[in-house]
Amino acid sequence: MNFQDFLFYFFSAILIASAVGVITVRNPVNSALLLVLAFVTSAGLWLLLEAEFLAIALVLVYVGAVMVLFLFVVMMLDINLDRLREGFWKWFPFGALVALAMVAEISLVLMGKYFGLDEMPTPAPHDADYSNTRELGRLIYTEYVYAFELAAVLLLVAMVAAIALTLRHREDKRSTDPARQVKVKKEDRLRVVSIPTEKQE
Amino acid sequence: MNFIPPDFAPASSEIFMLIMVCVVMLADLTAGEKKPYLAYLLTQITLLGCTILTYTSFSIESVQTFHGMFVDDSMADTLKLMIYGTVSAVLVYSYSYIADRGMLRGEFFSLILFATLGMMVMISASHFLTLYIGLELLSLALYALVALRRDSVVATEAAMKFFVLGALASGFLLYGMSLVYGATGTLHVSQLTQVIQSGASSKEVLVVGLVFIVAGISFKLSAAPFHMWAPDVYQGAPTAVTLFIGSAPKFAAFGFVMRLLIEGLGEMVSDWQGMLVILAVLSMAVGNIAAIAQSNIKRMLAYSTISHMGFLLLGFISADSNGYSSALFYVIAYVLMTLGTFAAIMLLCRYGFEAEDINDFKGLSKRNSWYAFITMLFMLSLAGIPPMMGFYAKFAVLQAVVNAGFVWLAVVAVLFSLIGAFYYLRIIKLMYFDEPEVTESIESNNDVKILFSANGLAILVLGIFPQALMSLSLFAIQNTL
Repeated sequence: MNFQDFLFYFFSAILIASAVGVITVRNPVNSALLLVLAFVTSAGLWLLLEAEFLAIALVLVYVGAVMVLFLFVVMMLDINLDRLREGFWKWFPFGALVALAMVAEISLVLMGKYFGLDEMPTPAPHDADYSNTRELGRLIYTEYVYAFELAAVLLLVAMVAAIALTLRHREDKRSTDPARQVKVKKEDRLRVVSIPTEKQE
Repeated sequence: MNFIPPDFAPASSEIFMLIMVCVVMLADLTAGEKKPYLAYLLTQITLLGCTILTYTSFSIESVQTFHGMFVDDSMADTLKLMIYGTVSAVLVYSYSYIADRGMLRGEFFSLILFATLGMMVMISASHFLTLYIGLELLSLALYALVALRRDSVVATEAAMKFFVLGALASGFLLYGMSLVYGATGTLHVSQLTQVIQSGASSKEVLVVGLVFIVAGISFKLSAAPFHMWAPDVYQGAPTAVTLFIGSAPKFAAFGFVMRLLIEGLGEMVSDWQGMLVILAVLSMAVGNIAAIAQSNIKRMLAYSTISHMGFLLLGFISADSNGYSSALFYVIAYVLMTLGTFAAIMLLCRYGFEAEDINDFKGLSKRNSWYAFITMLFMLSLAGIPPMMGFYAKFAVLQAVVNAGFVWLAVVAVLFSLIGAFYYLRIIKLMYFDEPEVTESIESNNDVKILFSANGLAILVLGIFPQALMSLSLFAIQNTL
């Protein structure tokens, strides 16, 4: 077993353990942190696959931005754990049956002869000066430019939809308008009153 | 590393649409407070502009651009022209409805245009990526449209169901696509056929992928047993949005099935034919039988949609260009009928009153005999009674199925459509033989009056003279395959 194989099994073990942890631990904050661990280890696996850009993007975007935001949300929301667990055992047999069927179906295909190493051999490793990021950028802006632009439109739709669904103009809201706040001059707020001093006896 | 810039001309209508969506959004943002109709006008202008662009660049030959990700052919152009017309009619019908309910905002129009763009992308896609992104563009805009009246509990619930089940369906579809990619090594629809023909891909993996793809498609088509979202969404969404969901996306779904199953996986016809037979029979059974028990008209029409989707699938089962063109004819007929039926519901709605119960149709003939007559035409057509368009559409689909050797399937379809006739005829009975509960006359703008009448008469005329439209469908399909 060379070092790469060792790394693969090392990362995989942590990944599986933390993924199981995400759905089994009681505290949602711990569960979110375990998800972060799962992301970081899968980024390690992607590095082994020579997908450096994706690995770094996963850490930067998912771990750095999305999960931190998610942690905030989990901490802000007052989640009632008992209500989440209500009816778990009632639905467990049904859920387990569906999950087992899915696992069996998927493993029949994936574990069988169809995706073995004979069918899908390991791709030849690239040279040291091969830049994954440059190749990805080149493809995205040439061959896949249409899909790339459409994905951008998709994000625009998500933004419009999110704003349309959540923005409320409330008459009684008590917030400050930053533009007006900045424009305020000393004269608007401060009144200098000259009070004649009384002479002390 | 030499890069040839793609040919933008075939995608001119998509590009124009995207630019105009941004214009609509910005115009409404700056002037929307004072002129709420501005977004509406701009949207209609956009659709008109797209119609002109697509019509003038109508291509009989199949043209690919953007490195084989985009295809422009006669089927794509025909479907796009139909979609522009449908969306435009949807907006005319729903203008006063949304104005009464405070939904006359820029978001409504920009989301509808985004959804339209998604449909155009789906229809013109020749790559799994663009097929999927187009579908998501459409679905995402539809989820938001359903939830747009966020103070309504029913609408929010419907949007949640639609969103969760839609996301699940997209997952199914993606998983199926990834398996097909794993087996064939290509994402290009046009290359799939060659790879499968060469026999280099393992059949078993392809079939498993196909099962997931068909499941995902039937979710989107609302074919049984993947139909559970449709009644709730149809009932919960504002009627104007239901009208939109029920009409134009059916063209996109037709294009999607054509691209994915027939152009891409056409080699596996013997595999998907059996799956579609099950879906079609179940849809016709569930749709027609469950619709009888409904007292909510929108819910009833949702079940009616499910049964009509079963009929549509019959056209694909026959797996030849006659079958596909009769399926296209069926979609056109179905969309025309849906437009009219939901328009009739919206005519009954007033400020602060939602017509939802079938009893709201009671005595319509005494309140407005012309509207009652046109609504009767739609109901007769939905039931498939000659000489309406719905009859000819059913007839063409059944003919294709019989020619393909599925006589038993045609018999089952006729039996279920007989059962289905009951609930359409019940509406006619309510309109003509029952006393009205309210005596208010029904008012509407002139444009709605004209469009509604034209829509109803089109159903009648196209039912008597279907040949022109039928040959257009055949022309569109034959030039594509």
